[in-house]
Amino acid sequence: MSEQVVFTFDVDGDDFTSAGHASMQVKKNLRQLGIDPDIIRRVSIAMYEGEINMVIHARGGVATVSVSEEYIEIILKDEGPGISDIEQAMQEGFSTAPDNIRTLGFGAGMGLPNMKRYTDYMNIESQVGVGTTITMRVNLE
Amino acid sequence: MKISTMKELLEADIVCCEDLLNEHVYSACGSDMMSDVLAFVKDQAVLLTGLVNSQVIRTAEMMDMICIVLVRSKLPTPEMIELAKESGIAILTTKKRMYDACGILYTNGLVGNKLRA
Ligand SMILES: Nc1ncnc2c1ncn2[C@@H]1O[C@H](COP(=O)(O)OP(=O)(O)O)[C@@H](O)[C@H]1O
Ligand SMILES: [Mg+2]
Repeated sequence: MSEQVVFTFDVDGDDFTSAGHASMQVKKNLRQLGIDPDIIRRVSIAMYEGEINMVIHARGGVATVSVSEEYIEIILKDEGPGISDIEQAMQEGFSTAPDNIRTLGFGAGMGLPNMKRYTDYMNIESQVGVGTTITMRVNLE
Repeated sequence: MKISTMKELLEADIVCCEDLLNEHVYSACGSDMMSDVLAFVKDQAVLLTGLVNSQVIRTAEMMDMICIVLVRSKLPTPEMIELAKESGIAILTTKKRMYDACGILYTNGLVGNKLRA
């Protein structure tokens, strides 16, 4: 695989039911590329948590996944409210999700920590009132 | 444990993917919080939950699970069934409550974390 493969998805911010659609598609695409199942699982879980966050916290956004020889990179970009204290947001259990999200199975404050756990690199760039861009990488070696 | 054995033990109905009844599963987890399920990859093949929405199926799919048990007589939505068929995930429904369902499977040898003999 010498050429870089890139997938882009619009993540709909109005529909919790369809959240995760992009991650499912990425999982399929990575399988077709013959990527190792453990790596696929790590990429898709991290992206899924990020996608859910874009829907519940940021009214949707754009997900870009690229596969190079060294790593799979996921970029999640939204124009939501931004994160004022990233260190706090990264703590297990910290969540500003409303109660109705908790009854749907999310909002336990484990999303960002899960994303960190499953990836080899993670960077959050966020500006309050402007939006958030999260970059994650999972190494292929 | 075979999925068909789980079905018997839990007096459950199978909603989709009957072709998986002969598959063996080696560990399970029970939770209504999907992020908790996603937090620990341990090769669990079964998710027991009382939660009913599409994210249950997607969570199981992300974890490469092959069976979901809906407890307390919860019924899957048509959308869940559609997604489960697409992903090859069997859905069982049981009247038993979460605690009882987990206990029954556990005492019959289906453990919580990966313990393959
Ligand atoms: N894309 C985002 N835009 C704005 N805020 C976010 C975003 N992602 C996460 N956050 C903030 O970080 C907190 C922690 O996120 P996370 O660990 O995924 O937990 P949860 O989603 O369960 O609340 C969220 O409650 C929210 O305040
Ligand atoms: Mg989250």
